[in-house]
Amino acid sequence: MTVSDVLMVALGAVAVGAAFRVVRTQHVVRAGLWLVVALGAVAALYLVLAAELVAWVQVLLYVGAVVVLLLFAVMLTRAPIGASTDLDRPRWSGTLIGAGSGLGLAALLVDAYRWRKVAAPPSGTAERIGNAVFSHWVLPFEVLSVLLLAALVGAIVVSRPDGGGR
Amino acid sequence: MHPVIPYVTAAVLFGLGGYGVLVRRNAVLLLMSVELMLNAVNLILITSDATVAAVLPATGQVFALFVIVVAAAEVGVGLALVLQLYRVRATVAVDEIQLSESPVEVPEEVA
Repeated sequence: MTVSDVLMVALGAVAVGAAFRVVRTQHVVRAGLWLVVALGAVAALYLVLAAELVAWVQVLLYVGAVVVLLLFAVMLTRAPIGASTDLDRPRWSGTLIGAGSGLGLAALLVDAYRWRKVAAPPSGTAERIGNAVFSHWVLPFEVLSVLLLAALVGAIVVSRPDGGGR
Repeated sequence: MHPVIPYVTAAVLFGLGGYGVLVRRNAVLLLMSVELMLNAVNLILITSDATVAAVLPATGQVFALFVIVVAAAEVGVGLALVLQLYRVRATVAVDEIQLSESPVEVPEEVA
């Protein structure tokens, strides 16, 4: 166990614990706040895995933008402040499929990698990622910008008060 | 560095997200669970980028960036839909949404 292993175990435990609270808490607002903890722990995991740029993009976009949007939605749909009892459907099917897929994938990956050791990767600085994006992945990058524009227009049209000109 | 640790973390996160998607009734909480699943996939991509020697450099990290951007777009459109649903039906419980409208009266001369 090296320092990075200990860090990864600790951050993974934080991420999994916070994710468990996200899917189990009875307070809508607290689910959003636990989501911040889970996403932040995953961003720290990216840092340990030497993906610097992705970690900061995760903090900016997910913790900064997506969670704020989700909390806005919680407020705009007038979610109750306290605990609510009707947030969950019957749980057995979700438990079955969630545990099955999670543990199945975990068993598959443990079987594939065992306790193998790899050398620490080179740091994923903005220069390296930028070179990769603008040399091999230019076309997907441009297509993504079109997708973002389409999503922007779609969100504006859908959320118009008159329901998109009905 | 043992890559099995982040891999198992990602698998468990994915399972928890799947549980949330299946069990939650509130549409906003459902979107949060989808975010958890997307993060698990991103974690797999980043870890395999650090583990597997790929032909192109930093491919996993570039893909993770793309997934993050698509997730941001998804949340934007998804929340617009949730807000419109709340405006029309005054509820965001996904299992109370009627999949078919009640039949519309068609005037005789049109039909």
